Amino acid sequence: MALDDRKSEFSFVGTRPNRPDGLDKVTGRAKFGADISAPGMLHGAILRSPHAHARIVKIDTSKAEAHKDVKAVVTRADFADVPFKPGLEGEFWNVLENVMAGEKALYDGHAVAAIAATSALAARDALKLIEVEYEVLPHVTDVDKAMASDAPVIREGAADYSVPAGMHPNVVRYHESGHGDVEAGFAEADLVIEDSFVTEATHQGYIEPHACLGMLGNDGKGELWCTTQGHWIAQKTCAALLGIETSQLRVTASEIGGGFGGKTTVFIEPVALALSRKANRPVKLVMTRSEVFRATGPTSSASMDIKIGMKKDGTISAAQGVFRLQGGAFPGAPGDMTAMCAFAPYNLTNVKQIGYDVMANRPKQAAYRAPGAPMGAFAVESVIDELCKKLDLDPVDVRLKNAAHEGTKASYGPRYERIGLVETLEAAKAHPHYSAPLKPGQGRGISCGFWFNHGGETSVSLSLSEDGSAQLMVGTPDIGGSRASMALMAAEVLGIPYENIRVTIADTATLGYNDVSHGSRVTYASGLATIKAANHAVEKLCERAAASWGIPTDAVKWENGCAVPSGPNAGDFDPRPLADITTHMGSTGGPISGHFEATPEGAGVSFGTHIVDAEVDPETGKTAITRYTVIQDAGKAIHPTYVEGQYQGGAAQGIGWALNEEYIYGEDGRLQNSIFLDYRIPVASDLPMIDTVIVEVPNPGHPFGVRGVGETGIVPPLAAIANAVSHAAGVRMRQLPMSPPRILAALKDNG
Amino acid sequence: MDYHSPANFAEASALAASATGITRFLAGGTDVLVQLRSELVTPDTLIDVKKIEGVSDIIRNADGSWTIGVAATGAEMSEHPELGGDWPGVVEAMDLIGSTQVQGRATLTGNLCNGSPAADSVPAMVAAGVTVTVTGPDGDREVAVEDIPTGPGKTSLAKGELVSAVNIPARGDNGGDAYLRFIPRTEMDIAVVGVGVNLRLDGDTVTEARVSLGAVAPTVLLVEDCAKAIVGSTLGDAALDALAAAAFAACNPIDDKRGTIAFRTEVAGVLAKRAAKIAYARAKGEQA
Repeated sequence: MALDDRKSEFSFVGTRPNRPDGLDKVTGRAKFGADISAPGMLHGAILRSPHAHARIVKIDTSKAEAHKDVKAVVTRADFADVPFKPGLEGEFWNVLENVMAGEKALYDGHAVAAIAATSALAARDALKLIEVEYEVLPHVTDVDKAMASDAPVIREGAADYSVPAGMHPNVVRYHESGHGDVEAGFAEADLVIEDSFVTEATHQGYIEPHACLGMLGNDGKGELWCTTQGHWIAQKTCAALLGIETSQLRVTASEIGGGFGGKTTVFIEPVALALSRKANRPVKLVMTRSEVFRATGPTSSASMDIKIGMKKDGTISAAQGVFRLQGGAFPGAPGDMTAMCAFAPYNLTNVKQIGYDVMANRPKQAAYRAPGAPMGAFAVESVIDELCKKLDLDPVDVRLKNAAHEGTKASYGPRYERIGLVETLEAAKAHPHYSAPLKPGQGRGISCGFWFNHGGETSVSLSLSEDGSAQLMVGTPDIGGSRASMALMAAEVLGIPYENIRVTIADTATLGYNDVSHGSRVTYASGLATIKAANHAVEKLCERAAASWGIPTDAVKWENGCAVPSGPNAGDFDPRPLADITTHMGSTGGPISGHFEATPEGAGVSFGTHIVDAEVDPETGKTAITRYTVIQDAGKAIHPTYVEGQYQGGAAQGIGWALNEEYIYGEDGRLQNSIFLDYRIPVASDLPMIDTVIVEVPNPGHPFGVRGVGETGIVPPLAAIANAVSHAAGVRMRQLPMSPPRILAALKDNG
Repeated sequence: MDYHSPANFAEASALAASATGITRFLAGGTDVLVQLRSELVTPDTLIDVKKIEGVSDIIRNADGSWTIGVAATGAEMSEHPELGGDWPGVVEAMDLIGSTQVQGRATLTGNLCNGSPAADSVPAMVAAGVTVTVTGPDGDREVAVEDIPTGPGKTSLAKGELVSAVNIPARGDNGGDAYLRFIPRTEMDIAVVGVGVNLRLDGDTVTEARVSLGAVAPTVLLVEDCAKAIVGSTLGDAALDALAAAAFAACNPIDDKRGTIAFRTEVAGVLAKRAAKIAYARAKGEQA
């Protein structure tokens, strides 16, 4: 589709140059969270609750404080008095309560005190000198049990206005949306299927543990270095939790070894700063893997009921879903997101969805790509698959028949602008994978997936150097190759080579507020801001050229990296390349830079369709994924290799989530598998080559047509794999992960 | 923590005999160091046996038997030109443990003395009839591998005793061994069930067999009923079913994060059949 007002011919965008940070990473020169130290630095360690739910009767830190190597001990009393408010209104309180327990320890691994000492070993050993007296309370870790009337109450008063009267206090937010009349729709159906599904919590599994170095003086001025997806939110949150002014804390983001949504908040950063303030020395804190599992932000677990009615021709006449999400001992489980995304791929006359945000004695959930969407897609797309099977309909044809398109009223409310779901389904149907023969014991599954995508607050600056090279400062940590994408977009506008642009993730003192690298927003929003900042610089370059030629600025245009007269009437002047202008800029008006800041609103929603083949060993229940194809709309792929990487990453993580990854809690409410040996993420040999197809339906909200690609790729895998496994095993799998014991048990039950 | 690196096993034994608190012997360290770092076991005395002469040797003796040094690594076993030809099951079992990096450190002796019921090399060694030489204050004694573990994390070694060599019998004619484990992934995991089978044929008939099960009881099991099920057979379906039934009956597993009782019991029989077929094919000189 041609868009008249949009750039569609590119010189740099769409090419695949090497990533600018690649050499640093493969040579070990890149500085990650733990790769920094400071003179006089102390090492921190955190004491964590061994109980799932316990009142903290007393903490005696005197023995630890008396130890010669210990320079500071902090507890909740060393943080600011942040006001408690219900729901997400009190998010600073929620984060503080998570960072350091107050009256109660709320989950296994909850921080209760911290120490700064002269070595990491001394700090760890000194933790044993802190005496905590607990009064152990009844606990609950399961979402359905946490909603039951006899469930232990995590915290009274945490529910916000949305929760209907009479619900258990652990239900803290409620969402309901939809349109039409579902009961009338079910009455029109030729077949109605109603089924229930369960998913367990999973962890993003980023390889780099959380790590930071904090320095904070008693004058309220501080510095923080940390591995994060968003250093401005870290700045704002740490300032609030420590009771200092936001601008007095400068935060620098390190290189990041994976985040996937899990590094969008703070865990150890306020603790390092509190310790530093007390010891008056820099404090470094690095989590162990076990701490990462126990006390950072895994996904929610979910329990879901789906009811869908279908006519014989495949038309969905009504769809309804109830989604209960458990997000740890704090409000925030994305039951609303799950509900809104679950039916979003389809053009439905009658749809209704309900989402619950439920607290339990587990760590505070965080985003994991498209938070909440994968679970809902698993439940909904499993039921659609079952309907297709029972009505003997092709699963791609049925999805095409019901697919949302431009103008469709989305299940969650608005009307879609131009979207690319139909194109992904058509590409799936045409792909050789979809028609390839299956061997005995194999099954094929497909699923669609949706994610909103996000814009968010964004500020970008670009400055030109005398030699004609450019420095670009963005505020969104590079979690997916975004420095390469930004450089390509700036190169496209400036007309100078990709290699001549150095992209830096600027610290909080350098740019205005930048929202976190989340919501698949970076290539969209920082990209849009980069294009506009580069255009801003181009305007100034044209002004300088116009002045040198003695003609009006509007008689000059920018073409292929040069200022040229805009037409024959503007005069006959030789083109002036960028470097020719910048070399004289000091004497023609001073430095040339460009800037842009905004909260762009046109992120453009995104859809994908996945095709999966699975083979199940009927004697052991073990699944092998034998073939996988990801098809997703990118709007416009700026750097196609990184787009493909995002697609493959989503599929790889989805395979783990679907087959073996899960948080396993014992009867005592303690996490049983807080190491990578027992928390089973896929290893390389578990994965087939993951094929990708980039569909490009330009996003009207971006100058080059970009839609974010980071999150949608995690939405279809759970359902697509469950459908493939269910066909291969001959039995419908309704619980994730589909680990071999569960599959073998299902096979036995099925006779 | 005291660290020692004695020059011989007698000295190592004497150090251990006189040590107080928790003592650990350090070979590859793939268990000891991990447990230390994760604060599961913090030894008071650490006795490094890697400086003892000959501990990395893999020797084929004149009678065809093998002596494996206590610090010979999995990688050294896998790369040995002849060991894998005689005892493919033992070598493959050892090779399944951990990553390439771990293979450069991990040892048979460490895997045995860590006392895990899920240790991959142990069922293979038990099936192969491997013994270890134990050096203690009273000198050396030879002990069958199956008599070393006494429970999860526990061994029959007395204070001051340590394993000083691993002795693998001569392969002999018409024999074959195999080890299979079940893990939910393809590598880098810990056995949910492990099965070692070693057998000898006369023509097509099984004349001797040893079958060992791992991760289905507090210790690795040597299951005589499994051996009886296939001795005298040509490994037909009836014998294989009897083998699976005997394995099923011998299991005494637990439900835990790695697998359920029902799953472990069921899969033990499945793997016993599969491993027996591989060992049988190997005994016949076929590729398997």
